[in-house]
Amino acid sequence: MIRTAALIVCILVSAGAIAADIPLDQRQPDTAFVSADTRALQSDDTANPGMLTVLDGEALWKEKTGTSNKSCFDCHADAATSMKGVAARYPAFDPAQNKPIDLEQRINLSRVNDQKAPALKFESKELLALAMYVGMQSRGMPVAIEENTQNKPFIEAGRALFEQREGQLALSCAQCHDDNWGKKLAGSPIPQAHPTGYPIYRLEWQEIGSLQRRLRGCMSAVRAEPYDFGSQELVDLELFLMWRSRGMLVETPAVRP
Amino acid sequence: MIGRALVNVPAKAKRGDIIEIKALISHIMETGYRIGITGQPIPRDIINDFVCTYNGEEVFRAKFYPAIAANPFMSFYTVATESGTVALSWTDQHGETQVQTAAITVE
Repeated sequence: MIRTAALIVCILVSAGAIAADIPLDQRQPDTAFVSADTRALQSDDTANPGMLTVLDGEALWKEKTGTSNKSCFDCHADAATSMKGVAARYPAFDPAQNKPIDLEQRINLSRVNDQKAPALKFESKELLALAMYVGMQSRGMPVAIEENTQNKPFIEAGRALFEQREGQLALSCAQCHDDNWGKKLAGSPIPQAHPTGYPIYRLEWQEIGSLQRRLRGCMSAVRAEPYDFGSQELVDLELFLMWRSRGMLVETPAVRP
Repeated sequence: MIGRALVNVPAKAKRGDIIEIKALISHIMETGYRIGITGQPIPRDIINDFVCTYNGEEVFRAKFYPAIAANPFMSFYTVATESGTVALSWTDQHGETQVQTAAITVE
């Protein structure tokens, strides 16, 4: 009986060891797991297809809209100054709603409250373009999400989702991205899942997409029902992942296979 | 519809230098082979022709087919002969053409 109990304890301890976080100094950006060709595409601003979207975002930044007839530029001026480092802090805690919101939701808040324009749809070309333009202003800066009393419960909720087995395949995010990164899944290397380059240009999609789209894709792949765009579960996951990538450099617009 | 284009032509080169020209354009390049969520085929919508001229003389031409990915990226080489204009033009299946030019100084 004691031996059985000891064995169970032993299994529990080793299971705990497997699910441990990746030590901070062993973290690698997802760029480290893509092919040299894809990396070259990302690092050349005249070849990176995400740059086309950045140009769209720059045009939208200056476009007057809504009943207030104001553009983003009218309040925030040059994004290169005013938006520098902003994306590196998102998802961020919004005191008005008492919960964290992601960059796309923040952009929509400004549209609805300040520009008096209808919110843009998740994954719409316009919302992605603005998020990419704002995101690029933080390129090369470290992700600056620190755990505090306000966001801690949401980071923990995100971690719980990350470690929870789900779908018909009963796989958690952590089983691939914490425990088996660097190995292959259907011929493709498994990255550590540091979402530092979103919105990304994904070659498989042949277009840009948000982190929420990517997360939903993973959920479908393990045959789970994905959470809706804008759901708190997805924002919590985004927050946990960005916190997990704290200190790593923003790469927006990243190119992924 | 053809969207934005990004071209990269060296601003300066020495006469006789081999220069790389890079061109990226925003286009969905819809193959015509896909089925939409309503069960209807999504009609083909692609760029057919890409031409690069250097001071009016054609130096590179490509034909695009449905297997070319969205947002086609082209990279090719030519020889810097004299100062002038490099013009890149894309024409889609509807006959719409977009032209982007870049100046080059050859010393």
